[in-house]
Amino acid sequence: MTTPVANTSASIGAVEVQEIAGDDDVVRVRQLVRAQAVAATRLSLVDQTKLVTAASELARNTLLHGGGGRAEVQIVTNGRRKGVRIVFTDSGPGIPDLDLAFTDGYTTKGGLGLGLSGARRLMDEFDLQTAPGQGTTVTAVKWER
Amino acid sequence: MDRIPVLTLADVLLVSIQVDLEDQLALRLQDDLAERIVATGARGVIIDITALDIVDSFVGRTLATIASVSKVLDAETIVVGMRPAVAITLVELGLQLPGVRTALNIELGLAMLAASRFVESRAGDVADAAPASS
Repeated sequence: MTTPVANTSASIGAVEVQEIAGDDDVVRVRQLVRAQAVAATRLSLVDQTKLVTAASELARNTLLHGGGGRAEVQIVTNGRRKGVRIVFTDSGPGIPDLDLAFTDGYTTKGGLGLGLSGARRLMDEFDLQTAPGQGTTVTAVKWER
Repeated sequence: MDRIPVLTLADVLLVSIQVDLEDQLALRLQDDLAERIVATGARGVIIDITALDIVDSFVGRTLATIASVSKVLDAETIVVGMRPAVAITLVELGLQLPGVRTALNIELGLAMLAASRFVESRAGDVADAAPASS
């Protein structure tokens, strides 16, 4: 159901961390992800836009569903290409039904229900770890082409 | 910034979003526009998003809500200036903007509003003329 994040990727940059506790932090996550992508990769403008949009959706999920948490942004490489890895962690209630959570249009917070499914479409790799009461961690990578 | 300025241009409200849009700011714009439409009797709203480097599902939903609310208040909303990368991303995200009309730039947006009002006024003329001719 999720595309596993390849374990062949190695991190080559420092981990940048942004706490997510409010609306303004969602904006900060976007800015951090964009800055990293621009500074250290050759992601096209379209891919940068997809990456930052996915980061925005995931950051908002962390805030609304996870009750806040943190984002980690890191440059990674698979030897040939570089990419941006984003990790979102919260210690919220977890997701009881993943199939449902990934269904377009399913929402529990009055949104459009596109956050999780949309973010997965926009990224190249996507992994989600969750259990009821155990919080949620989403790891996703966007690679250079 | 705690508010996005809304300019009045004849019977059109013009909004140019120049900041990275926080959720609360987007919601406030939605409220402000509804009030301004009623206060000014505006018939059209143009929202320029040239400066937005992303439109996520929240902003997309806000734009769709603004369009729906405007419609109920007898004003038409046109979103202008969407960047190509934003358009591609929106489609892949799966976001549809129901009721939101788009134009490439402000000038074309104004022309679109003028054209739909012309059609409307012609329809009005016909309706006015109808009783006389019967």
